[in-house]
Amino acid sequence: MWKAHAKFERHSLVLLIGIIIVVSIGGLVEISPLFYLESTIEKVDGVRPYTPLEQAGRDIYIREGCYGCHSQMIRPLRDEVERYGHYSLAAESMYDHPFQWGSKRTGPDLARVGGKYSDSWHVQHLADPRSVVPESNMPPYKFLADTDLDYRAIEQRLATLTTVGVPYSKAEIANAKADLQQQVDPFAGEASDLKKRYGAKVQQRDYDGNPQRLTEMDALIAYLQVLGTMVDFRSYKAEAPENLR
Amino acid sequence: MTVATSSRDGTPLDVTALYMFTGLSAFLALLATAFTHDPLFRFHGYILTGALVVAVCVMSVLIGSDRLRSDPTRYADGVIRAGVIATMFWAVAGLAAGALAASQLSWPRIFYFPELPWLNFGRLRPLHTSAVIFAFGGNALIATSFYVVQRTCRARLAGGVWPWFVLWGYQLFIVLAATGYLAGITQSREYAEPEWYVDLWLTIVWVAYLLVFLGTIWKRKEPHIYVANWFYLAFIVTIAILHLINNAAVPIGLLETKSYSAFSGVQDALVQWWYGHNAVGFFLTAGFLGMMYYFVPKRVERPVYSYRLSIVHFWSLIFIYIWAGPHHLHYTALPQWAQTLGMTFSIMLWMPSWGGMINGLMTLSGAWDKLRTDPVVRMMVVAIAFYGMSTFEGPLMSIRAVNALSHYTDWTIGHVHSGALGWVGFISFGALYCMVPWLWKKERLYSNQLVEWHFWLATTGILLYIAAMWVSGIMEGLMWREYTPQGYLANAFVETVAAKHIENVIRTVGGLMYLSGALIMAYNLWRTIRLPSAQAAPSPAELPTPALMAAE
Repeated sequence: MWKAHAKFERHSLVLLIGIIIVVSIGGLVEISPLFYLESTIEKVDGVRPYTPLEQAGRDIYIREGCYGCHSQMIRPLRDEVERYGHYSLAAESMYDHPFQWGSKRTGPDLARVGGKYSDSWHVQHLADPRSVVPESNMPPYKFLADTDLDYRAIEQRLATLTTVGVPYSKAEIANAKADLQQQVDPFAGEASDLKKRYGAKVQQRDYDGNPQRLTEMDALIAYLQVLGTMVDFRSYKAEAPENLR
Repeated sequence: MTVATSSRDGTPLDVTALYMFTGLSAFLALLATAFTHDPLFRFHGYILTGALVVAVCVMSVLIGSDRLRSDPTRYADGVIRAGVIATMFWAVAGLAAGALAASQLSWPRIFYFPELPWLNFGRLRPLHTSAVIFAFGGNALIATSFYVVQRTCRARLAGGVWPWFVLWGYQLFIVLAATGYLAGITQSREYAEPEWYVDLWLTIVWVAYLLVFLGTIWKRKEPHIYVANWFYLAFIVTIAILHLINNAAVPIGLLETKSYSAFSGVQDALVQWWYGHNAVGFFLTAGFLGMMYYFVPKRVERPVYSYRLSIVHFWSLIFIYIWAGPHHLHYTALPQWAQTLGMTFSIMLWMPSWGGMINGLMTLSGAWDKLRTDPVVRMMVVAIAFYGMSTFEGPLMSIRAVNALSHYTDWTIGHVHSGALGWVGFISFGALYCMVPWLWKKERLYSNQLVEWHFWLATTGILLYIAAMWVSGIMEGLMWREYTPQGYLANAFVETVAAKHIENVIRTVGGLMYLSGALIMAYNLWRTIRLPSAQAAPSPAELPTPALMAAE
């Protein structure tokens, strides 16, 4: 056996191919089934693609590296479910490119932060975290309220998400700019095009307390306020066989 | 590209190829900068164009004075010297970024600047991790692999001037990645944050690296490929595979920074942690084991302890590591069969890891006195001890029940740092202390006393760091799950943040001690370089190197 190993030591291509085969097996066996096993993602009602404003907010969340301190994954442990809410489902992040489950909680989990705090609390807390939570060691994000949201490429963003599998319709892509502006319009009303496209639950209002401007703060808070609110858990049967994984 | 055919008069082919490639890249970068509508893309375009134009100018001067001709009778050591200096520089930069980030968590009122969003923790954290892993670790790996592959193959590096491209191209990758994080250009994929075009650039550099390394092995005058090169090769090839798959993404435009990952949600999570854990397994472990397999036996002048153990350890390590990713996703929405598989293989991984540790430590058989007399050997041995410690802690933390407590806490941060500071840092410092006198032809280091200072400062720093993180991690994990007798959660989240303050401060102190150790090293190595040379002996590729192949 030891003599046979000399083949690998004398022929670099044999060694190279050997390495490639040996390191490929684990990934193939572990990862590829996730793409075809139907049980990987639960069937739930309510999960929809993000509105253009929420997606723009998500892109800011990504830009600022929030994942370094905040997870978006509630584990099915007693204390976590009581602290943060229902444990996270795979379905809830199926339109998340990339996923933001995180790996560290220097700050609390954000998977269900939507609706927990008021918009003005978020504005105050993001601008100066220690003014509302004195012990916090979160960085200040005052500049978000002073920076106009750059949504010049929002159609491109939605169109690109469609190519990687998010089911935006042609109309949603074409009207992305209008939808984005409508979401911060407090007078858009219940019959707005935005609600027609993304559902009646979509929250339309001025988020950052400054109706004159459409800022990055608007977008980020719109994203935070929708996190974890899409699934209707009254209709979700956790114990049903198709939901056991 | 890997063939350096030098005619007597004309410019060598490898130089012409690189010159044209650089010129073309500079032209494309200029066009992209001119036509983009994305201000961040333009910012990177300026850096890229500037760097490439400088490269073209420097190459023009060097070609004009005919200084880019490689001498096939000598080892290509210039590129390694540059790599050694880059390693020292990025070590200090990456550790300093870490110390700043740690200070922010300890004293947020002092170290956050509301007017300077680019210095916020969220942007600094990837800067720190990438600077330490990819800039410091990567340069250490490139420099040592170039050193080791030449000596153990008794052949000059293949590709003529292309090893220089690998080195400088890699520095450009680091600069683009680092400036990107500060400006807000990131994919938010841990340890794979750079955006799509930076990833493409790294792919080109990495393919060149693989070809230079393989090409050197093809030119070898030794029949056997030495064990250190197996590890280096596995590191280079596997990182290429991981990098390509994990960074699969679609940009929103060819002149835009932003891209969206090809995968989403649960699949994306597993792809990312398959990558993330094997960045540890192959970048921070396999590559540095290659370093251990050359520099430890060389420094203590003993053969590797067991040839058979190195075979078993090599194949089992690379086979098992790949499976371990799901242990980062315990109790998440990842299907449980995948979590269980990941945990099982993570526990199995303990054995090959300790096989490597034993093989490294036992290489000192009959030379244990060097622990007392040679601080460089002591540094490398302590590195192997930390390797053993953190590869025991890792499997422990991958057990679901333990992970329920440790996940999301500072315990993970402590674990990573015992591996990164203890194992990766110390084995690299050991290799640098070995290589600098060898490369600059000095008889000794400037000062062994300073190595002692470095060793004790850094070791104490690591111990402070990981002990503080054990305490704060286990404490916050327990506080999160603590209930009052009435059955309510006992602590608000922010109470756990406040409770960790003193541990955060101790961690900052530990990090600063480790940083001062690195500064002492940089000073010591710089003074070593400036010592008068021992003798002007060349290092001809023909000279026999002591055979490190164990008997079999």
